[in-house]
Amino acid sequence: MAKLTLAGLIKLREQKQKLMKKRDPSNKDAQIIVGMGTCGIAAGAKDTFNTIIDELDARGITHVLVRQTGCMGYCHSEPTVEIITPDMPPVIYGKVDSDTGKRIVEEHIVNKHLIDNHICDKPSMDIISEPGK
Amino acid sequence: MAYKQYILVCGGTACESNHGIALFSALQTAVKKHGLVNDVQVVRTGCLGFCEKGPIVKILPQNTFYVEVKPEDAEIIVKEHIIKGRVVSRLLYDKNQSKRNVGIEGIDFYQKQFRIVLRNCGVIDPDKIDEYIARDGYKALEKALFEMKPGDVIDEVSKSGLRGRGGAGFPTGKKWQFAAVQPAGQKYMVCNADEGDPGAYMDRSTLEGDPHSILEAMTIAGYAIGADKGFIYIRAEYPLAIQRLENAISQSREYGLLGNNILGSDFSFDIEIRLGAGAFVCGEETALLTSIEGNRGMPSPRPPFPAVKGLWGHPTVINNVETLANIPVVLLKGNLWFSKIGTASSKGTKVFALTGKVNNSGLIEVPMGTTLREIIFDIGGGIRDGKALKAAQTGGPSGGMIPPQFLDTPLDYENLSKIGSIMGSGGLIVMDEDDCIPDVAKFFLDFTVEESCGKCAPCRIGGRKLLNYLNKICNGDGTLEDIEKMQVIGEAMSRASLCGLGQTASNPVKSSLRYFMDEYKEHIEEKKCRAGKCKNLLTYSIDTEKCVGCTACAKVCPVNAIAGERKQPHVIDTTICIKCGQCFEVCKFNAVKRS
Repeated sequence: MAKLTLAGLIKLREQKQKLMKKRDPSNKDAQIIVGMGTCGIAAGAKDTFNTIIDELDARGITHVLVRQTGCMGYCHSEPTVEIITPDMPPVIYGKVDSDTGKRIVEEHIVNKHLIDNHICDKPSMDIISEPGK
Repeated sequence: MAYKQYILVCGGTACESNHGIALFSALQTAVKKHGLVNDVQVVRTGCLGFCEKGPIVKILPQNTFYVEVKPEDAEIIVKEHIIKGRVVSRLLYDKNQSKRNVGIEGIDFYQKQFRIVLRNCGVIDPDKIDEYIARDGYKALEKALFEMKPGDVIDEVSKSGLRGRGGAGFPTGKKWQFAAVQPAGQKYMVCNADEGDPGAYMDRSTLEGDPHSILEAMTIAGYAIGADKGFIYIRAEYPLAIQRLENAISQSREYGLLGNNILGSDFSFDIEIRLGAGAFVCGEETALLTSIEGNRGMPSPRPPFPAVKGLWGHPTVINNVETLANIPVVLLKGNLWFSKIGTASSKGTKVFALTGKVNNSGLIEVPMGTTLREIIFDIGGGIRDGKALKAAQTGGPSGGMIPPQFLDTPLDYENLSKIGSIMGSGGLIVMDEDDCIPDVAKFFLDFTVEESCGKCAPCRIGGRKLLNYLNKICNGDGTLEDIEKMQVIGEAMSRASLCGLGQTASNPVKSSLRYFMDEYKEHIEEKKCRAGKCKNLLTYSIDTEKCVGCTACAKVCPVNAIAGERKQPHVIDTTICIKCGQCFEVCKFNAVKRS
């Protein structure tokens, strides 16, 4: 590593800041949850997961938290991806391959449109976080 | 390849000594085993502060906070949380046991804290300069070197109201100014990392968690006062902090952030580490300097102050670790931002090592002016086992005992000194009803007598005398005249000792005599120790009506002082009894009496 100049240090900081941002749990208002049970992974959920993250990175989107989760039960439609964003209904998409993953980022996250032919269901109520309902 | 998830493992000494290293490698192994090396980064960070519940593991970006994690839990964290996205609820911190998904925002321990000094602790990997840079690291240095004159830097620090965090609270800007106005020539910048109070570990944690912040601050200070050479004086008992500092220094040199012509400017500065042997007195600045020069660490009279005549006779500024950690923030955020935090006379925050009889011991940072009640009851979670608070000691062995009546006093330099204690470096020891005040004073005096360098008579002889009186009182041989003498000696030590060690060594005695006289008198007049700590004042006996003859006490007695037939009341032979109290602890029928 050559010695840094002022410009070099500023550039390095910008680069590294992007990487650190991903760790930051604050300012994240949307979630993309990829079902990564055995069936999901067998159906290619890992590729979907990676594609979604790469696509978000490429677009410089930092407000979305990408998580993995277990089997959502739609084994017939794997890989499944659940999206929770403000101002939009929570949605589970089925049969999300890499290309569809890219479309999710472009249309659902960026343009706020739902994607035809892949909507599976809306997520079931979470009995743990909403008791008594 | 970018990582998608991050596992942060606390790498502070407290967690490391609690199998943190094994946990770190177990997590790495588990990540490797499941083929996630490219997706998940295991990061070792500095102290996350919640030492009571260590080792701590934090998963980002989900922000899940796991406590008391054992190496064997690594597999389940990776298998359940990372792969399946299911939170491992049994490892969550939840004092109500309701097992909700508790992130940092759900933990009372963190709610009243405000982290300036510890801004990067537990956030970055201290061994990676890039992560420090990403968090605005070395940006203050940029600003100083390219946008400010040395005088502007000093001005900014002066206006911020930052005061020395090592104990005395001298205004930092003023100290720099003294050195800056000395004629140009060789000058030195020294970082005092010789943290020595029993139970205090603020500086160690800062160095372990964010070593670059200190290097950056020293370089800025060097620029401000015109020094080209810095020393970090740290005790050899802090191996992890030393290792991280060494690594940080070599990274900074490689990046050209230390060395000649920093960042292409015409300012050059380099830093060396000097190891101390762990003598308390070497935290005193003149003793520290003579120790760096290679001599035995003993203080010398001031003036001349080090800022005028310090290392090898050259102007030298000495700042404590915590003081320095504030500097980059002061420059970046500006003096107005900084001076809004805290009280009228004490600006910014203070880091405390909260220890003793509190539920959540740990490393905390709060704005100046926070009350003891907030620290002990909100952050510390109250006294252990629901007992009553007796006193809190700030400033370690140099501080005073603060009784509960001052729980709502805002903590700052002036208020603490008004109630007979000092801010000190930040040790905060909490005592409950089971602690005996003269016994605690004896503990601190034991320490300072041991650590006195012996150069001046008030400290060397006075400290020993005080300790003798305390021993006498705790043994039940004290008289009321002894108390008067202790007051006179304590006062003389404060006024006549050469350095801070001797001047403050009598504080625990003076403050406890002021607030807990009744407890001293009880020891002297009634030969009674209400906390049950002073062995010589105790006798153990067995209530023959309550004793069922279970023999538990006889079995546990190490000196066979308890005799009696099975199912018959037992008797303690007080001539053999060593008053260890084990029979008292073991009896299920409250038949053993202590008086």
